[in-house]
Amino acid sequence: MMPASITDDFSGALDFIFHQRDAVSGGVRVGGATLLPLLETHIRVTVISMFIACALAIPFALWLGHRGKGQFAAASAANVGRAVPSIAVLVFFSAYLGLGDTNLIFAMVLLAIPPIFTNTYVGIRQVDRDAVDAARGVGMSGPQIVRRVELPLALPLIFGGMRTSTVNVIATATLGPLVGVLTLGDAIINASVYGPEGRLAGAILVAVLAVTAEVAFALLQRAATPRGLKVVRAPRFRAASRTTTVPSVTSAP
Amino acid sequence: MMGLLAAVTIRTRTATCETQNGFCPDWIAKHWTDYLDPMWQHLQLVVVSVAFGFVIGFTLGVMAHRRRWLVGPITGFTGVLYTIPSIALFTLLLPITGFGFRTAVIALTSYTLLIIFRNVVTGLANVPADALEAGRGMGLTQRQRLWRVEVPLALPEIYAGLRIATTTTVGLAALAFFAGAGGLGAQLMTDINFKSNIVLAGGLCVVLAVVLDLVLLGAERLTVRWEFVGR
Repeated sequence: MMPASITDDFSGALDFIFHQRDAVSGGVRVGGATLLPLLETHIRVTVISMFIACALAIPFALWLGHRGKGQFAAASAANVGRAVPSIAVLVFFSAYLGLGDTNLIFAMVLLAIPPIFTNTYVGIRQVDRDAVDAARGVGMSGPQIVRRVELPLALPLIFGGMRTSTVNVIATATLGPLVGVLTLGDAIINASVYGPEGRLAGAILVAVLAVTAEVAFALLQRAATPRGLKVVRAPRFRAASRTTTVPSVTSAP
Repeated sequence: MMGLLAAVTIRTRTATCETQNGFCPDWIAKHWTDYLDPMWQHLQLVVVSVAFGFVIGFTLGVMAHRRRWLVGPITGFTGVLYTIPSIALFTLLLPITGFGFRTAVIALTSYTLLIIFRNVVTGLANVPADALEAGRGMGLTQRQRLWRVEVPLALPEIYAGLRIATTTTVGLAALAFFAGAGGLGAQLMTDINFKSNIVLAGGLCVVLAVVLDLVLLGAERLTVRWEFVGR
C-alpha cells in the first residue's frame, strides 16, 4: 500500500502508452504506436456490432411498441440479460463460429440488443397517447405516426439504450483476445507479454474509451431531444422498478 | 493467466462427446460438484459487494434526499464509476489493493452504487405529501418521519434497485478472476473450448441470479406487507 509505488505503477503505464519497448517475453515490441492497431480493432468491432444491433433491435421494437404488444418480451429481455455473463456468451459461440471477428461481433450483437430493444420499446410506449390521437386526428397513417410523432418523441430514450449498449460492447470487446481478436484487452489478458505496466496501460485505455463513448452519447442524446420535450423538462430521475426500465442503466458495464 | 486460476479444479476429458467439445449431460451430472466451491466464492462476492453497496448507496441517498444539490454530483460520480468496464477497473485497482477478494469487492461495490443511490432518491422523493403531512400531524420529528414514514413507503423502489444491483453483480462477478478472486468465471476459464463447462458455469450464474432475486422478492413481501394485502 505504498503511495510512492502506486504512483510509479501508473506513471510506468503512461510511459507504456506513449513509448515502445521490448515485450517482457522478448521477441516483439509493445507499447506506444503498437497500441494503435489494437485501438483501431477495438473501435472497429464496436462500431460494426452497434450498427448490426441497432438495425435489428430498433425496427422490431418500433413495430412492437407501436402495436402495443410485447410488454412481457421487453421486461424479460431486460431482466434475464443482466445475469448472463458476457464471457460465457463469447466463448460459447466460438465453438460454432470459430475464432475471429465474426464470433466476437455475433456475441457482442447479442449482448447489445436487449438495452436498445427495451429502451426503444419503452420510449415508444411512453409517448403521450394524446399526441398519437392528435396525429391520427389530423389524418396521419400508421407509418406516418411512427416516423413523425412516436420516433422523435422516443429518440432520447433510444439514444439512452444505444449509450448503455455501446459502453457494454466496448467492455466486452476487451475480451476479444480470448477468441482471437486482438483488441486493447490483449494488454490486460496477455500480461505475460506486455508486463504489469502494459496491463495497467490497457486498462487505462479501455476505461478512457468507455468514458469517451459515454460522454459522446450523452451529448448526442441531448441534441436528439425534441425542443418540445426540453421545455417541459422531463423528471431528472426515473427509478428502476418492476415494470419500467431505467433509460441509461439497463445492463451490466 | 493460469496463475489466477490456481484455486480451481482442472479436469481432463475422455469420452467421445467430451473430446468433441460437445454439450454432455453425462459429464455435467458427474462433475457439477466441482462447481460448488466457485459458486460459493461467487455468492460471497455478490452478497458482500451488494451489502457494502447498499450501505453506501442508501446513506448517500438519504443525505441527498435532504440536500437536493448533492443529487447531481453523486449521480455524476457514480455514473462515471459505472461506465468504466469491469475488466479495466479490476486491473486499475491491482497496483493499489493487489490480487484478491478485496479488489474484486471494491470494483463490484462501485457498480452497485449508481443503481441503489438512484432508486433510494427516487423512492424517497415519490413518498406522497399527504403521508408526510399525516406524520407531522401525529407529532413525529423529522428523523422519526424519515424512518417511520418515508423509508417504509420508499421500500418498493429500494427493493427494485437492490434486485437490479444483485443480478447485475452476479453477471459482473464472472469477470472477478481478473482480480484473482475466483468465482464461476475462473472455473469457466479452465476450459473455454468445452461447451459443457461453459454452459454449466454460465448456467449456474443465471441460477444464482434467479435464486437471489427470489430471496429479495420474498424479503420484500415480508417487509412491505401493506403492498401485498389482499393479493
